[in-house]
Amino acid sequence: MDPASRGSVSAFEPLSSHGAHDDDDHRVNSPKELFRLKRRVVITGVGVRAPGGNGTRQFWELLTSGRTATRRISFFDPSPYRSQVAAEADFDPVAEGFGPRELDRMDRASQFAVACAREAVAASGLEFDTLDPTRVGVSLGSAVAAATSLEREYLLLSDSGREWEVDADWLSRHMFDYLVPSVMPAEVAWAVGAEGPVAMVSNGCTSGLDSVGHAVRLIEEGSADVMLAGAADTPITPIVVACFDAIRATTSRNDDPEHASRPFDGTRDGFVLAEGAAMFVLEDYESALSRGAHIHAEIPGYATRCNAYHMTGLKADGREMAEAIRVALDESRTDATDIDYINAHGSGTRQNDRHETAAYKRALGDHARRTPVSSIKSMVGHSLGAIGSLEIAASVLALEHGVVPPTANLHTSDPECDLDYVPLEAREQKLGTVLTVGSGFGGFQSAMVLRSAEAAGAIA
Amino acid sequence: MATLLTIDDLRRILIECAGETDGTDLSGDILDTRFETIGYDSLALMETAARLESRYDVAIPDDIAARVDTPRELLDLVNGALAEAA
Amino acid sequence: MSVLITGVGVAAPNGLGLEPYWEAVLAGRFGLGQVTRFDVSRYPATLAGQIDDFHAPDHVPGRLLPQTDPSTRLALTAAAWALQDAKADPESLTDYDMGVVTANACGGFDFTHREFRKLWTEGPKSVSVYESFAWFYAVNTGQISIRHGMRGPSSALVAEQAGGLDALGHARRTIRRGTPLVVSGGVDSALDPWGWVSQLASGRVSTATDPARAYLPFDEQAAGYVPGEGGAILVLEDSAAAEARGRHDAYGELVGCASTFDPAPGSGRPPGLERAIRLALTDAGLGPKDVDVVFADGAGVPELDAAEARAIGQVFGDHGVPVTVPKTTTGRLYSGGGPLDVVTALMSLREGVIPPTAGVRSVPQEYGIDLVLGEPRTAPLRTALVLARGRWGFNSAVVLRRPVPTP
Repeated sequence: MDPASRGSVSAFEPLSSHGAHDDDDHRVNSPKELFRLKRRVVITGVGVRAPGGNGTRQFWELLTSGRTATRRISFFDPSPYRSQVAAEADFDPVAEGFGPRELDRMDRASQFAVACAREAVAASGLEFDTLDPTRVGVSLGSAVAAATSLEREYLLLSDSGREWEVDADWLSRHMFDYLVPSVMPAEVAWAVGAEGPVAMVSNGCTSGLDSVGHAVRLIEEGSADVMLAGAADTPITPIVVACFDAIRATTSRNDDPEHASRPFDGTRDGFVLAEGAAMFVLEDYESALSRGAHIHAEIPGYATRCNAYHMTGLKADGREMAEAIRVALDESRTDATDIDYINAHGSGTRQNDRHETAAYKRALGDHARRTPVSSIKSMVGHSLGAIGSLEIAASVLALEHGVVPPTANLHTSDPECDLDYVPLEAREQKLGTVLTVGSGFGGFQSAMVLRSAEAAGAIA
Repeated sequence: MATLLTIDDLRRILIECAGETDGTDLSGDILDTRFETIGYDSLALMETAARLESRYDVAIPDDIAARVDTPRELLDLVNGALAEAA
Repeated sequence: MSVLITGVGVAAPNGLGLEPYWEAVLAGRFGLGQVTRFDVSRYPATLAGQIDDFHAPDHVPGRLLPQTDPSTRLALTAAAWALQDAKADPESLTDYDMGVVTANACGGFDFTHREFRKLWTEGPKSVSVYESFAWFYAVNTGQISIRHGMRGPSSALVAEQAGGLDALGHARRTIRRGTPLVVSGGVDSALDPWGWVSQLASGRVSTATDPARAYLPFDEQAAGYVPGEGGAILVLEDSAAAEARGRHDAYGELVGCASTFDPAPGSGRPPGLERAIRLALTDAGLGPKDVDVVFADGAGVPELDAAEARAIGQVFGDHGVPVTVPKTTTGRLYSGGGPLDVVTALMSLREGVIPPTAGVRSVPQEYGIDLVLGEPRTAPLRTALVLARGRWGFNSAVVLRRPVPTP
């Protein structure tokens, strides 16, 4: 094995010729020492494009003010739809610096991803020009990827739906990349100069957590030294609105869009569709330390499980989400009682709110009752595959600022949701360890532990 | 008066919208068998309700899955709405 | 710890199921023909690898038929076959000890095309409750997980034609991290009219009309590829866990994986395929001399074929290793292509025979590759390298080894 090609992990190969690996699971009796040998992964750059203001600073201002960015859909006439509310981002691709060729080529979600990647790279202080590009990778999450472009092109090709056998004369040369959206991480890779592993993780509504989790694994095992990781989704387009209408998953509170996203509130009636993106620069803890980087947070643990129950339904007991939390804590060598704040999935459907409340109690026991839990979806809506990354960004900012963002619109208690959901107002609180979770169609349940730079240093 | 929905119509629409459950005989007397027992979940009922709405031009409440447990209850609900509209 | 492949399920245009597929590949029998699902004559390209002998109700539970795209029905079928082949009974295993990692490229596109059409011709209320998940890229992972009660770490990856190998690599990673069994691979299908023209937009689809001369990777007359549907699902297992449940034989071991990405266009830096090959070999702890056969990506586009030939030549030397592209008989299957090549490679290792690159006649001398043409070639085989590339620069490589029988 060529040590240079594998990064510093090759120095720690006590048991396997394949790099350092640990266990997700108690049942496999691998030595615990392995935990200590695996590379630690930290976040050194953050980029956000979200409803309510672009950029990480505006995002945090919105979250801590408790204002909401949900509104009546303006991208198209929503009146034929059951749910007419969304959290739209005021994203100006020209102001973001995209040229005519990029505007022609890139789906809106790709533009979001690249804009976030640029912000994260600039914020990281890492000179990407000086890095070995083969040691830089990308992991991008998205649930419905190029949905906006697909629908636009469909209407042209099919004469607004009239032709089943679509007219190839109207074919865009980019149509293939809307069908097969792996061009999205490719765009990010080109923007930052990555030639290492480039992946698109598409696990529905946990994509944004799982894509970052995937990047963590690649750094831990030595497949890359630096990863651009995050997620983007821009699903506010008629077909996506209609498909959530069909299953009554989205809100019908059309007369009060600003207050339509009501996770954990007794009067909630579904989630608010949203768009957005967040990208992070992830790197190995030791190299971040040695270059004197500003470390936003460490990601010491992550796990995902499936419920194997239903493509859209959740059992009330929260069993699989609790298992994901338990394994993520275990990987972090963190006790449940160390969790200072839970950044919830909190979509604002009754079945979700009940499910995750049960999962917290199951995984954290009594500590769940003492832990603040909040959902930023109350303010920025549910941007499907992107939201997991936006929630990681919110968790990182909460750790750094010592502020728990609130759950907006939470006025009416629900007997099934009896934890401290931080209603309406942000709360100042010193935070060392934060748990963020996600839950999605297909049965995916994911959990990630984030630790403040201070706590990470103390543990090292 | 509008055409009423029969159990045979419902059977056909259920299979169209949600498929047949392996090992369950839908051709028998299912009027009072719970949907759950014959393998239909809330999603199956929502798809069926949407089809009934467009085919019979009736309004079916959003929370149909929470309101009806059996084919008889669904028939009564749809036929009640049809009678009212007539 | 080693990661074994203990079961395979194949859904290919020239063979539904492992045995008919393998027989067809050895015989060089094409599964390509004129698209029959709509009137293809109005489009510039007309050939595809269709699976015509798949009758979904024979294989997929009735309840799942209204909620699944053709690609998902094929994936569910291949997954069930793979588990059967592995003699793995999910009910007898712990739910968290089984995961699902699939690749996908097109999602449930035929299904979603029908829903787009309903939305725009009949209105929002006509859109199916199933659209929200029948379309998205995680659908096969989710449906396989549900059908077999698998609750371990699971995921879905998208990297055009390279994604299938990435999924197998991630399955191996998942097993090494403590999940004993992972169902993995990829299946795609987008043979509705919208899916068809979308594929044509790649600019690389062959407009030839003779199935035997349409997709000709490394041939002097290479002029694009033929798209197909299908793929393969495999059961990957921790060797100790496989043994513990009494499974002592396996198709082979997945010993090395790597993924790289090409530099941004115009950067002047070298492409990433050669590096992917070298990283996968390093990961396997093997050198170029250990490789007995290469299953190439075989894009069928002259400049891409030349680049792949160059990468192979740089690692293995001029005519240094037999190379084959059996996928000329199935067309390119996107996420299904890599996993199906892995199955073909495993059968090659098992039987000591390299299937030919059917249809290809004349390889330019300057490619310098030993492409297996015409008849299958018998040879003692221990190690195979499988390559896949995805549009815009994804390069993936996996290394497979035949298990050595214990004396």
